[in-house]
Amino acid sequence: MRRRRLPRAGARGQGALGKGLLGIYLTALVLLPIAALLAKSSSGGTSAFWREISSPEALAAIKLTLAASAIVVVINAIFGTIIAWVLVRDDFPGKRVVNALIDLPFALPTIVAGLVLLALYGKGSPVGINVAFTRAAVGLALLFVTLPFVVRSVQPVLLELDFSMEEAAASLGARPLTVLRRIVLPSLLPAIISGVALSFARALGEFGSLVLITGNLPFKTEVGSVYIFGQIQNDSLPAAAAVSVALLVVALVVLGVLSFVSQRQSRHVL
Amino acid sequence: MAIEVRNVGKRFGDFVALEDVSIRVGDGALTALLGPSGSGKSTLLRIIAGLEVPDSGEVVIGDQDVTHDPARTRGVGFVFQHYAPFKNMTVHDNVGFGLSVRKRPKAEIGERVAELLSLVRLDGLAERYPSQLSGGQLQRMALARALAVQPQVLLLDEPFGALDAQVRGELREWLRRLHDEIHVTTVFVTHDQEEAMEVAEQIVVMNHGRIEQAGSPRDLYESPTNEFVMSFIGPVNRIGDAFLRPHDIQILPESDGSGTEALIERVVHLGFEVRVELKLHDGRDIWAQVTREEAQQLELSEGQILSVRLPAPRVFSS
Repeated sequence: MRRRRLPRAGARGQGALGKGLLGIYLTALVLLPIAALLAKSSSGGTSAFWREISSPEALAAIKLTLAASAIVVVINAIFGTIIAWVLVRDDFPGKRVVNALIDLPFALPTIVAGLVLLALYGKGSPVGINVAFTRAAVGLALLFVTLPFVVRSVQPVLLELDFSMEEAAASLGARPLTVLRRIVLPSLLPAIISGVALSFARALGEFGSLVLITGNLPFKTEVGSVYIFGQIQNDSLPAAAAVSVALLVVALVVLGVLSFVSQRQSRHVL
Repeated sequence: MAIEVRNVGKRFGDFVALEDVSIRVGDGALTALLGPSGSGKSTLLRIIAGLEVPDSGEVVIGDQDVTHDPARTRGVGFVFQHYAPFKNMTVHDNVGFGLSVRKRPKAEIGERVAELLSLVRLDGLAERYPSQLSGGQLQRMALARALAVQPQVLLLDEPFGALDAQVRGELREWLRRLHDEIHVTTVFVTHDQEEAMEVAEQIVVMNHGRIEQAGSPRDLYESPTNEFVMSFIGPVNRIGDAFLRPHDIQILPESDGSGTEALIERVVHLGFEVRVELKLHDGRDIWAQVTREEAQQLELSEGQILSVRLPAPRVFSS
């Protein structure tokens, strides 16, 4: 059946205004800076671009960033989901405080977070753990700053999840683990993926919390953002821009793939 | 299998959901738990299913005490009020879920699912997802899912509550016929007395966590043992402590001097049934139920004064 669209000049005018604002806003905040970055990275031609990102130090930094982000994101997916589960399904004294604590990594300036981590898990650690200037420190700092993403995206979905689905599965003979694997996790997966995407993007670009605790040792603990910062300080802008573009492309691809998977998964669930 | 609930009690905090409740449901019977909301009927159903643990008392299914068994081992099919479809699975996988957790071979599951989908008239919808089904279809899918594991008893929580009136009517009749076909012991919860009367062979009337009366629909209607059952099942006029059924009130032709004088305040035509709202000479309001023919013969109209004969009212000692 064809539906005739009624002329609604006012509404259409508002729609155009909204789209226009969105366009200007995104252009000013996202598109222009990215275009400038691309222009900068290609100012020396493609061969210069390839030379910059294939320099051993740049490659090592990019590899470390990607590997650390990937590991951190997997840990986040598991522990973020468990934390969300406990916060939604269990009752314990101080639950509200714990719930508020989850957002702390967002509120704390990352450089302060780095300082705190260094004091706690660095040389002379009061808990006897010293990871300063190691790759473990990279993971630790990234875990800290990305903690809220999965928790906060899974929590509302878990709250809305129809508990009678789990009861139905149990009454059909499913053991608790089967219920978790076949009913609960598939329902949570889109939210977990969206949390994972956000934490991955954040981990790729993280700078403040890493700069103190990792020691920025080239080929060992130097991540992409720190490498970029170093290149800017050395006045080597094309190198900085090239690595930025490489990270940007990876981020876009990963976000695109995750959003595709998540949409496929949530098609029938939501 | 027969179900026996013995002296079951259940509290939620300060709220007493069930107090010393005992019922017996015969093998193959179709029983309704009827009561207003908060009467404990759903809690009782969930206790039978093992979704809730009673504070006291026992639940026996067949000859096994299952009071402390988890839901998954009770062999109970449960249909939830809002159907609880597994949204991430197709209709086929929903219905086959119970069999697949029992690790039955794929071919057998496929066969059984097809059989059940045709029983609940959902053939051809196996590959749909729950979000693509209507309320009535979800309801039937939930029923097929519960029946797939060949439960010893089938429990339904407000099975028709969320459906519109027409679909509800059809499904009631269909459930009735399905029960005649498969003879599984069935208990369903409802707050709708008409639904209970129409579908069930036995009705258990509940109120405030207790059982008011249990019996056949006819028993409950004709010989209610207390005020609550009298006023909950079927229409009723209340005059002080006394109760009368509206259809027991006889409207007499004007000339007849016997009976009580009454003024017609309103005549409401509801198809075959006509509702006559009356004010008695002593000022009390009652209503009478007559057929369309009677109303025509008596030429009932608003403002008319006539006489009525009241039946002996029922009085319950409390």
